[in-house]
Amino acid sequence: MALFARTPVAPLEYSRTLWMRLWVGAVMVFLYAPLVVLMIFSFNDSKRNVVWRGFTTKYYEKALGNDQLVEALINSLTIAALATLASLVLGTLAAVMLWRFRFPWKGAIDGTISLPIIVPEICLGVAFLMFFAAVGWPTDLVWPFNLGAITIAHITFCFPFVTMVVRSRLASFNREQEEAAKDLGASEGQVFRDVLIPHIKPALVAGALLSFTLSLDDFVITYFTSGPDTITFPVKVYSMVRFSVTPEVNAASTLLIILTVILTFVALKAQGVKAIAETH
Amino acid sequence: MTETAKPIIQIQNVSKRFGKVTAVDNVSLDINAGEFFVLLGPSGCGKTTLLRMIAGFELPTEGRILIDGQDMAGIPPNKRPVNMVFQSYAVFPHMSVADNVAYGLKIAGVKGGEIKDRVAEALDLVKLGGFGERMPDQMSGGQRQRVALARSLVMRPKVLLLDEPLSALDAKLRAQMQFELSELQEKVGITFVTVTHDQDEALSMACRIGVINKGEVAQLATPSDLYEYPSNRFVADFVGSVNIFEGKLTLDEPDKAAVDCPGVGKIYLNHGVTGPHGADVWIALRPEKIYLHVPGEGKAVKAAAQDAPDGYNFARGKIKGMSYLGDITLFEIELESGARIRVSRPNLSRHDQEDFTWDDKVSMHWRADSPVVLLG
Repeated sequence: MALFARTPVAPLEYSRTLWMRLWVGAVMVFLYAPLVVLMIFSFNDSKRNVVWRGFTTKYYEKALGNDQLVEALINSLTIAALATLASLVLGTLAAVMLWRFRFPWKGAIDGTISLPIIVPEICLGVAFLMFFAAVGWPTDLVWPFNLGAITIAHITFCFPFVTMVVRSRLASFNREQEEAAKDLGASEGQVFRDVLIPHIKPALVAGALLSFTLSLDDFVITYFTSGPDTITFPVKVYSMVRFSVTPEVNAASTLLIILTVILTFVALKAQGVKAIAETH
Repeated sequence: MTETAKPIIQIQNVSKRFGKVTAVDNVSLDINAGEFFVLLGPSGCGKTTLLRMIAGFELPTEGRILIDGQDMAGIPPNKRPVNMVFQSYAVFPHMSVADNVAYGLKIAGVKGGEIKDRVAEALDLVKLGGFGERMPDQMSGGQRQRVALARSLVMRPKVLLLDEPLSALDAKLRAQMQFELSELQEKVGITFVTVTHDQDEALSMACRIGVINKGEVAQLATPSDLYEYPSNRFVADFVGSVNIFEGKLTLDEPDKAAVDCPGVGKIYLNHGVTGPHGADVWIALRPEKIYLHVPGEGKAVKAAAQDAPDGYNFARGKIKGMSYLGDITLFEIELESGARIRVSRPNLSRHDQEDFTWDDKVSMHWRADSPVVLLG
């Protein structure tokens, strides 16, 4: 037991007990082993991609050379960016409204605002399909306007998440700060800009991250709202997998994972990890 | 204190009702320019509501408030010539100390160079010179309060409002800040209006105190008048410690009076009361105004007291409770009738607390000008 023997393990030092280390290790394997396997097999020199046949990066070239796949990725990123922006504005306004004001039907609105989170995605997908058909949503628009239907659908299920995190952050806001700003001469708008926004900034970052990733990897709702010219990345990957799981799919997925990790890392850095942890 | 008292704040018949609850009930009072005014009262008495109405965060249900002669009706808080130091200080956590202090000036459109000078001046004033670059979370509670003070003072308001400014500080720091606030007020010459439930704070800082009870002004007076000449039982009891005896006015002449208090006896006063003969009155007697005599001194004291020209007040009892507080000792003395009197005694020498113990038979006397007669 030389590993642990230097100083006795204190009662609450769980990180130094063997069983806890094993447990944490097991959880990590459970969470990340599939991803690691996916990444490793993206370098597999085999078309059927079941057994390891040697190292290659040719499938990355192939994936990046696949115009349809790249177009799908660009579509996905565009939709995610637009949906995130709109969700941030809508979600924040909804959160501030519910926190700040009293109005008739507040309880009902409060209850239904998180409905898109609770309703099964498949129902939402079907609902959107019928809705866009019923209103006669044009399908022959030029890029990026042809992404409108998908973007609207994504905003619908993203903004409640923003509302949720912003609201929980607002609960810790000291109203005296708002009054102090007003007392010093600030107008409502200046109070919002100078005091309220800085307070909810960590929640905005967290909400944006949530929205972006939710939108980026949404399959079900997108599947129902996408047309022949508006393929998104997950939908494209799905259609590729229907024929065979080639390392090309692995390579594309790996790129997406790396992209998400970088984005998350940048956001955490920009905001300070502590501030984001505070919102949860 | 200014001799030519000119009201900077006029509160005229102001009432504030929240639904069925009346927080402030027909209050009228003037606060003079350059004065350190304290609103004192128990929690929930409406004093903070009154302060918030001056700041503009609450609107009076009835009546009006004038600041420097101007009616404040319809003027929002950001347009009033007053600034407030909040109970939580409400320092903006995402701004440096200097940015906090500069905030109001920036909003007002003051030029950059002038902002810098005025911020530095304000920080020096509250003894935070050189702290400008710090963030609020790197400062102690006392320092954050100074930031809040500087942030308000830098605006050069006509009136500075302070909501329970010292309640979050520990006892030592509170005592120090009491002095500093008074000193600061004299230095800047701005009218300070402070709300507090702490009578020590009020007595030590104020030029004048308005005692508020259940939304009404119970008494408006200087600290010493408030303590020595309370006008009613609420004020006598709320400000300081006091013995209150119920009695009947049995003698009332221009230069002397007597009140017969059941259980205590006749209490003599060396002045008239001008109340109806036989009226129900109350006697307020501060514990420190009662002299306690060591056992054995009683007879001589009684004889001496009887010779006193203004009549005498004398009582005997048994010590039922003692609490030693260092500077003074508090005694609870049971009279023969069973009534209890609280007496405090300064520990003038280092052995004074050894003079008495539980169940000692003691005698007391107090001067004829010590009791206060209260009619209500």
